[in-house]
Amino acid sequence: MAIAGHFEKSSADAGDEGIPTSSLPDIIFMLLIFFMVSTVMRQTDVKVRTTLPQAESLEKIEQKRLISYVYIGPKKGNVEGSGQTGIQVDDALVKNVANIQAVMERKVADEPRLIVSLKVDEDAESGVLRDVEQELRQANALRINYASTGENS
Amino acid sequence: MAGLLDKRDDDRVDGEIDTAGMADISFLLLIFFLITTTFETDTGIGMTLPPPLNDQQPPPVKDRNMLKILVRQDGQVMIEEKASSFSQIQRKVKTHVLNNGKSDEYSVSPDDALVSIKTDRATPYSGYIEALDEVKMGYRQIHDQRARQRGFDSYQAYKNQLEAGAEDAIREQIPLNISIAEPSGSGGGSSS
Repeated sequence: MAIAGHFEKSSADAGDEGIPTSSLPDIIFMLLIFFMVSTVMRQTDVKVRTTLPQAESLEKIEQKRLISYVYIGPKKGNVEGSGQTGIQVDDALVKNVANIQAVMERKVADEPRLIVSLKVDEDAESGVLRDVEQELRQANALRINYASTGENS
Repeated sequence: MAGLLDKRDDDRVDGEIDTAGMADISFLLLIFFLITTTFETDTGIGMTLPPPLNDQQPPPVKDRNMLKILVRQDGQVMIEEKASSFSQIQRKVKTHVLNNGKSDEYSVSPDDALVSIKTDRATPYSGYIEALDEVKMGYRQIHDQRARQRGFDSYQAYKNQLEAGAEDAIREQIPLNISIAEPSGSGGGSSS
């Protein structure tokens, strides 16, 4: 009985079932969940063209959740008034520079450690940038970051 | 109900759901997320704006403590009202900050030293960033030098070994004092 049982068991092991694939989906799902969590879908539709300037003394912003983006540059072709300088805060174009203060005040109230990343086109006039910075100061959003790319890229 | 299930079990001797297809489906999803994932980190030049002024005047700065850099709209760099170039900025910043009162033209001490960057309203942003970058690089070299005196490879290495909340002595000695001045020739400015 014991011998027969042993014989049967070993035949089941070496049977023609192949490699057990039942745990394969679990492994794949683990990987899948990792990538799903780490993926940040781009939901903002940038309406202005920004070619970032190059710089050497770069810093990385690790806390992506604290960042709020401000884009300054010429408006894209499919947007009304294309070619003119446009300012976009996160996902909407700002008509009047003076509106930025109210928008930013709300953001600072939600997240006091807010970092404003300024994505400014390299040919944009710095006067416009100064106006935006004044608005940020008024709204107490003082941590800013001039987005720029590395020298080699 | 149970009887029905029993009967089905009898029909299929293997009695297992075929999971081979599962792997294929999840592989497809995995590949989709692999492609869409970008691990890009935002890089840029960090700055802290001064808090808003409430009708009070900014503290006066002695002229010798301030290194004035002006980037004109045609791209010409002026350091202390003298024509210069972007490549000169880094050297000037270093002599200015590390002057320690030696020369009358430069700062009294690194603690008092201030670098002011001014642009015309029509100066392209790239010119402003280039000037700011050069100033930052000047400061970084000073910081690196100080870190090497303490036996570290670079300022970054020194900063990494600091415990959370610990005082950054190098930064304390040589603070990063960069001021962004209001642009000149404000034609049609709408800052409120």
